[in-house]
Order: sequence, then C-alpha cells, then structure tokens
Amino acid sequence: MEITKEKLLSFYETMLTIRYFEEKAVELFAAGQIPGFVHLYIGEEAVATGACANLTDKDYITSTHRGHGHLIAKGGKLDLMMAELFGKASGYCKGKGGSMHIADVNLGILGANGIVGAGQPIATGAAFACKYKKTDAVSVCFFGDGASNRGTFHESLNMASIFKLPAVYICENNMYGISNNQKNHMNINDISDRAAAYGMPGMTIDGNDVIAVYEAVKEAVKRARKGDGPSLIECKTWRHRGHFEGDPGVYKDPKEQETWVKKDPIIKLEEKLLEHKVVTKEEIAHLQEEAHGKIEAAVEFAKNSKDPSLDELLTDVYAG
Amino acid sequence: MTQMSYVEGLRDGIRIEMKKDSNIYMAGEDVGIFGGCFGQTAGLFQEFGGERIIDTPISETVIVGHAVGAAAAGLRPIVEIMFIDFIGVCMDEILNQAAKMRYMFGGKAKLPMVIRTTCGAGVGAAAQHSQSLEAFLTHIPGIKVVMPATPADAKGLMAAAIRDDNPVVYIEHKGLLGFKGEVPEGEYVVPLGKADIKREGTDVTIVAWSAMVHQALAAAEALAQEGISAEVIDPRTLAPFDKDSVLQSLEKTGKLVIVHEAVKTGGLGGEIAALVADEGFDLLDAPIKRVTAPDCPVPFSSYLEAHYLPSQDKIVKAVKEMF
Repeated sequence: MEITKEKLLSFYETMLTIRYFEEKAVELFAAGQIPGFVHLYIGEEAVATGACANLTDKDYITSTHRGHGHLIAKGGKLDLMMAELFGKASGYCKGKGGSMHIADVNLGILGANGIVGAGQPIATGAAFACKYKKTDAVSVCFFGDGASNRGTFHESLNMASIFKLPAVYICENNMYGISNNQKNHMNINDISDRAAAYGMPGMTIDGNDVIAVYEAVKEAVKRARKGDGPSLIECKTWRHRGHFEGDPGVYKDPKEQETWVKKDPIIKLEEKLLEHKVVTKEEIAHLQEEAHGKIEAAVEFAKNSKDPSLDELLTDVYAG
Repeated sequence: MTQMSYVEGLRDGIRIEMKKDSNIYMAGEDVGIFGGCFGQTAGLFQEFGGERIIDTPISETVIVGHAVGAAAAGLRPIVEIMFIDFIGVCMDEILNQAAKMRYMFGGKAKLPMVIRTTCGAGVGAAAQHSQSLEAFLTHIPGIKVVMPATPADAKGLMAAAIRDDNPVVYIEHKGLLGFKGEVPEGEYVVPLGKADIKREGTDVTIVAWSAMVHQALAAAEALAQEGISAEVIDPRTLAPFDKDSVLQSLEKTGKLVIVHEAVKTGGLGGEIAALVADEGFDLLDAPIKRVTAPDCPVPFSSYLEAHYLPSQDKIVKAVKEMF
C-alpha cells in the first residue's frame, strides 16, 4: 500500500468516531434525550472520511441532513456537535440549529442542510469565492442520489463547469431517496454518467472502500486546485439504518441489506489493516476504546451544558 | 447635487461601492456586455471587467444559491433576478438558505449579499413580468427588503444594501427607471430601516412606497387644491419597517391611507394597518384605508392594466371618504 500507516490509522479512527458518535445518538434519541429528527450515516463513513482526508481547514464543504460524518471528518468538534444535538447553549449553533444545521464556518463547514440538494449551489458559491480570491482552496459538495435529481444539481454543475470552479461534487449513492429505490427515481445505473452533460470528468467508485474514495477525491481535488475545474464522483454505498431514526426500512430487501452490511466499510478497512499487518488486534481494541472515550466525554459535556437562555430566541436573526 | 435618473442613481451606488471593495462582484443574466435587461448595469462590464461583472446561465436557483455560498466564504455578491416574478424559481435559496443560515448556525455566519430585482406593472408585461411581491419577502425574518422611489434613494439605498452584512433584496420599479431627480454626488448612503417624509401635511397620512410614492404625491397635490393637507411617508425599507415614522405622523393627522401596487390580500398594507391598530389605535379618528391592486393577476390589455393599478384618483377618492 502506498498510503502511510498514519493515514490509514487516521481513516480508521475517523470512521470509528463517526460510527460511535451515531450509535450513541441512536441510543440517546431512543431514550428521548435528543429531540427532533436524526438521520444516520452508519454504513457510509468511508465516503466522508476518504474525501475529507484530502482537505485542509481552508477548503469548504457542504453537507446534508445526514451530516454527522462529513462534519466529524472535516474536523468538527465532538463536544460542540453533541451539545447541538441536545439543543444546548454550548452547541455549535447555540442550540438553534440541531442535527440538520450544524456548521463551523472557520473550519470551512458551510453547514448540514435540511433541504435535499440545497448544498449544491452553496458549495458552488464557495468554490466561486475560492477562485475569485485566487486561493488554491477547493469546495467539496456532499449529496445523495435523491439530490442528484434536483434542479440545483443541474444548475450547480453547469455553472461550476462553465466557470471552471474548484469544486468536487461527491454523490453518496445509497440507492434510496428516502424509500424510493434508484431504479424508480432515475433511468441510469451510474449517476456519474451525468457528468458528461456538464463536460466534466465523472467516475463511479466503491463508496465503502475508504482508500478508493481517498484516491479518487485526491485526483479531483488536485485537478480543482490546479484550476482545471470541477469533477463528479459517485460513491456507491448503503445506509444501514432507515432514512431517519424510526424508519423501519420496509422498502429494502433484507437480503440486499445483509449483503451490504457484510461490506461494512469499517470492517473492510479493519480486515485490510490486519491483513497487511498495519495494526495488531490489540491496537485495534485500543483505538476502539479511545474512540468510545471521546464520545462519552462529548455526551458528558452536552449533558452538563445549559439550555439556551430565552433571549437567544431573537438574537442572530440579523447581523449587526 | 446633480440630475440623474433612477437607474443612473442605483448604478452610481453600485459603482462607488465596487471601486472601494474588490470583494464586491455582480452576477446575473445579461448583466455583462448586454448591460442589464433595462440598462441598469450599462458600462459596468467595461469598467470592472468580466471577472467582477459576470454573465450567468439562466439559472436563478444557482444565481442566488451560489451567492449564499460566496457570501459565507467572504465575498459580497450582488446578484440579479431579472424580474421579481421569477423569485419562485429561487425561493428555497432565499427562504431556507440566505434568510436562515445565520440563525441556524447560532450567529456564526455572515451573509452580505444583495439580490437586485425589478417589480411593477404599467408596461404591458402581463401577469408573469409585472408583479409586486414584496410581501412574500417581508414575511421572512432574516432578510431585508428595500424599494426605492427616487433617484437619490435608489443610490443611497443601494450603497446601504451593499454595505449591510445581511441578505438584502433591492427591488427596482420598472416604471421608475427613467425617472429623473436630484442626486448627491460621490458617496451617499441612505440608512436601511429609515422612512422619509416625502411631503409634509397635517390632515391625513399616506404611506406609499416605490412607484406609488409618486401617485401619492400627485394625490396630495390634488387634495391640497381642495384644502386637505396630506403627509406622504415613504418607508423606503419595508423590512425592517420604520413604524415610528408612521405613528409620529398619525399623532398629527389621525388618519391613515396605505397605498401599494401589490394585490390587497396578504399585502404589506394589512400588516401596517394591524401594527397601527395594535400600537396606535388611540391616534386614529377614522378607519384605515388601503388603496391597492385588486386580487387578480396583472392583465395585459393597456386599458385593463390602467384600471388594475392604484392611481392618484383612487387615492384622492379614498382620502375624501375619510372627511
């Protein structure tokens, strides 16, 4: 493997952190401690992890309603994220945004987003800003197969292409737009085919292989930083859980679910690390313990935080 | 002071701000070499170049949506939606992105962006190119809404809109673009949220904005011939709305007529009437009147359109009913 041991271990740690963060969110949601909606990324961790490993704090991302993975992979702080899930004053958004609106503009995270496909124009605008300011920063847009059917997809990719913007559009194709199978919501197998319509490179990769994602996004980011324009990368993946917590996923074939769960990206990486003797079983157990510890600390922070004060209701509507 | 048209005024506001701050750019359909659908941006492409005056595809959604991302990433975009009637095409970007981002992010984002657009009937443009949809926008906390009536206000409000750190929708009236008036030279800023008394009077307060200011002024002139002294207040900015100016005027006059070109139901006139009923009921000595367009689409026929629009005569009639 060409990738350094440090990098591989950081992939593993990030994926574990995302997984444990969300498993904890499931538990807290079920216990009624987290209000609202929770959309889980479990099963898709390799995409955010592999993609964001190519980015720095100066680069931008836009995320989705299923955003925890993107935020953690881009460097989002676990305690502030967890506190936001609880709606606490110490959360990323002072408790005013919740799971679907977490952002950290200083880290280039322009927000999770409650509207499917809404991140595409925003990411395009951030890419425009990178080019306008003549920096070599890039903007990465995460979205799902469902969002690739929005008009925002067409308008954004077209604009990015004609303006040669430093953007990378990463479609996380988990095969379902909520309950609607891809076969019913588009007449093609590979969403990357659509790149041809915008005159940009498009490729389809295994979204459960973090190394494949890392390598593909690396090329696209390199191209963007050089000023050669945007790319579309489709990552085939699978969400293990429902569209939101509480969705039993009756629309999924249990056999297909079983097949994909076996292709769990974390297990795949773990096997590879052991096979190539990058880590020992003991080291893996240690990393798992560490990741659990970080999540527990974040939960503790969130639980010990205060609700927002009532005057926060009317602040931040306008700047200045 | 110098004589300028409304369109020259707003363009002067843009030019002066763009010269000062290289983070300001403009993007929209035909704003470049073509100079804007009504000539609003004429000469800017030549002056600032294609990197700052940018022709976009006909893609209203990404025109506004990209501005949200660019503003969040530190630029100060001015984008154009050619007609306010097209705002439905980019409404999510205004309603759920631009207006909400700062609040949803707990105050950690700043969105200095201006959406320029045109409104107004009277030019035979029919139902999809003539509307006054400001009330769609004033119903959304998180954005500011500006509607200038004069060349000077067009210039000063443009400067203020560009300097503001919030999304501002700046609505130009098609029928006013050639309207001439005195405009201060050089830097000139009209603060957002501050009404202007366009004519002082003592017997009745007429609140009107955009093109209707001129109908109201003509009505006030006609009423003066009949011994009625009308005060004409132009809020200029509809969000935030300068309610104090209206209430102060009513302390003098005790009578309120609200005039807008938008249709009546759900129009901002209803909100202003409710506000006065809440906070200034004791100041009133007559029921509040609204002079507005009727609740129908804008018709094409010149004959019908003339009847559709609120006018000097309709305002005079409404005022006289109060005496």
